[in-house]
Amino acid sequence: MARTEKKKDVVLVGFGWTGAIMGIELANEGLEVLALERGHDQDTVPNFQYPEMIDELKYGIRYGMMEKPANTTVTIRRSLDEEALPYRSLGTFLLGTGVGGAGTHWNGLNWRPMQSEYKLKSYITEKFGAGVMTEDMTIQDYPMTYEELEPHFDRFEKVAGISGTAGNVNGKIIEGGNPFEAPRSDEYPMPAMPSTWDGVKFRDAAKAAGYHPFPSPGGIASKDYKNEYNMQMGPCNHCGFCERYGCYNYSKSSPQTAIIDALKRKKNFEYRVNSEVLRVEKSTDGKTVTGVTYFDHKTGEEVFQPADLVILTAFALNNVHLMLVSGIGQPYDPNTNEGVVGRNYAYQITGGYTLFFKDENFNPFIGTGANGFCIDDFGIDNIDFAKEGFIGGAYWRAGQTNGQPGHTMPLPAGTPSWGAGWKKGIGEWYGHAMSIGAHGSVMSYRGHYLDLDPTYKDRHDRPMLRMTYNWHPNEIRQTQFMKQKMEPVAKSMNPTTMQEGFKKEGAMFDVRPYQTTHNTGGTVTGDDPKTSVLNRYLQSWDCHNLFVMGANTFPQNTQYNPTGMVGGLAYWAAEHIRKDYLPNPRPLV
Amino acid sequence: MRDLPGLPSRRGFLKASAATAAIAGIASHAKAEQKPEPVALTEYKPDCLKPSEWAFVMAAVARLIPSDGEGPGAIETRVPVFIDKQLAGDYGKASDWYMVGPYQPAASPLRGWQTPLNPLETYQQAIPVFDEWCKQTHGKIFAELDPATQDKALTSLQKDEMKIKPELREFFSILLANTKEGYFSDPMYGGNHGMAAWKYIGFPGARGSYKEWVGKHNVKYPLGPVSISGERG
Repeated sequence: MARTEKKKDVVLVGFGWTGAIMGIELANEGLEVLALERGHDQDTVPNFQYPEMIDELKYGIRYGMMEKPANTTVTIRRSLDEEALPYRSLGTFLLGTGVGGAGTHWNGLNWRPMQSEYKLKSYITEKFGAGVMTEDMTIQDYPMTYEELEPHFDRFEKVAGISGTAGNVNGKIIEGGNPFEAPRSDEYPMPAMPSTWDGVKFRDAAKAAGYHPFPSPGGIASKDYKNEYNMQMGPCNHCGFCERYGCYNYSKSSPQTAIIDALKRKKNFEYRVNSEVLRVEKSTDGKTVTGVTYFDHKTGEEVFQPADLVILTAFALNNVHLMLVSGIGQPYDPNTNEGVVGRNYAYQITGGYTLFFKDENFNPFIGTGANGFCIDDFGIDNIDFAKEGFIGGAYWRAGQTNGQPGHTMPLPAGTPSWGAGWKKGIGEWYGHAMSIGAHGSVMSYRGHYLDLDPTYKDRHDRPMLRMTYNWHPNEIRQTQFMKQKMEPVAKSMNPTTMQEGFKKEGAMFDVRPYQTTHNTGGTVTGDDPKTSVLNRYLQSWDCHNLFVMGANTFPQNTQYNPTGMVGGLAYWAAEHIRKDYLPNPRPLV
Repeated sequence: MRDLPGLPSRRGFLKASAATAAIAGIASHAKAEQKPEPVALTEYKPDCLKPSEWAFVMAAVARLIPSDGEGPGAIETRVPVFIDKQLAGDYGKASDWYMVGPYQPAASPLRGWQTPLNPLETYQQAIPVFDEWCKQTHGKIFAELDPATQDKALTSLQKDEMKIKPELREFFSILLANTKEGYFSDPMYGGNHGMAAWKYIGFPGARGSYKEWVGKHNVKYPLGPVSISGERG
């Protein structure tokens, strides 16, 4: 051990959304708080400045904001008997790095899960009978209720600066919002963003079909805004560079725009970049943790950072990896279905229709990450699982996010991929296409999990995280159901031509095309230490001064983008740490 | 208001402001002087490609995005320069990728890049293999074939009719991807010369400000592209 740093009250591992939330909430309690960030420092100025930021090659195609697989990656296999291979170059998911983490390069779509998603297993059992679940399904209830989480969702939405139209305020259904959302205590802090033509066309078609369209809720400022930490946002100019980019306009919610500058002003808060945590250190009796050991990339040495309280606030996959390499909690074994760390990994299933309109102009470069209109008529609360033969649901959305031609160039099926036919195709169809997407839930299964790879090591000689995942027939049935329901809506819009992109029976997980970065589970929250890593306050069952944030706490994936839930859970945990744990440190359950 | 001769006019000032506003935020790059024409492709000294490789890339991209018909081709947009520069840099070396063995290049393609070769090595090793195949099948190396036979040969490469070894399996897909990247990327990377590809399809490049056009539904956006360095088209 080359160096030991002065003890802190709290050490946060990772400085993205949950690190920033925990940082400011615990610094406000007067604690000495340190955030350790693996990546570099970055802020709107100078890192996200116009015009250098809106460079499709550097950021959209070569992934300049993402963690390089050369530094950190995972191995992936589709089944227990396949050999896992490294995810060598980026494709299906994009893991961020640096201050702000994934919160800098996201699209901004912000949701609260639907009401049935919190007590999913009980809901299914009571309403349809346990028999509708497949035998290998390992889904379970969240150990907290929506009502308990509601104030924390509300707070996160107000801190992050979310634009949207409420559909249910304290049980009162509001025209124009999502009538199927769980009741909220207040409106969104900003009105919904205006939509481009594709979203409006979908809204009208969905309405004509008897569905209930509402503007997509997102962390994109529709007006000037100031939050409780006096952090400010400016109205978005629809530049069409959200996902994979930092926002140069202070318009997209991020840890930088919402929290970090306020946090940096606090004398009892410190953050260190290029400081990669290698493991959490346990006390000799194993009942608490003593701090973390990190690699200081500036000095090239390992550093022990003692702390009274350790909170893992890295990306979902990194939090799980740290628990495994630190030997905290029993690793999950799919053969015996015992153990907990790595259990219930889940992803997200997406599909959709692309519609081409020869004579209409969509100006696809005008967009935001949370553009357009959605429907929740096929959300998880609204599906009869017994009748339809699957468990899950999806929200649909139409709203162009970008028209960057290097990676967003939809062409009608049959267009050649090169040559004269391709060149003619891009001239004819760029700007004349739109899409409708279904964003679906993924359940947890015995065979889908995370553990340590037996072969491949990372640059610190730690075993890599190994992911075992494939498309399950339940999700294929769900996405095929969405296709069947979406087809008539798409047809009713009378496109010149249209084509579908939904996964079919037998589809194998393909790591090459970008799909989604919504990786969930692995250190799930629950009521029973035999099936969860964390109790209802996201506190480790094994070491009471260790808390773990992130989408890795989800028992199964919801049908939504995870950030709203991740933020809400962080505020929920922060409140219980502040009010209950700090005065008397102990297992809270 | 009438402009007075010899004096800076208010109207002139307003006109200038409106023009500045229309190019939305490019103020710091507004100089946009006419750039000198770059060196001809035939005179270009590649950063990393050897003469035979350069000849192949020139010939291949000319078929992947041909010059005839509407819209610019890969040659006028200087895609070969882009490819040479990319292969000479971090991309060519796979500097960002996890390139530690053991490797399984014959694994299912769904499992991503699994060859031990980086993109530059893939070009370097695949071009002679493909040229040799062209010679045996069509009598000449690729660059010397007529365009119709070149199209046939590229189709065979795309369909892997020559059963190229698995280490080189991704060659056609990166060649095509790099060609399109060069066509559509900001001109500062060497391709998309004169923003010609952006003008052809109607992408405004780095303009990045459309608040006034969000609500103009189904109305074609009127302004041409700007580049990151301030070129205007």
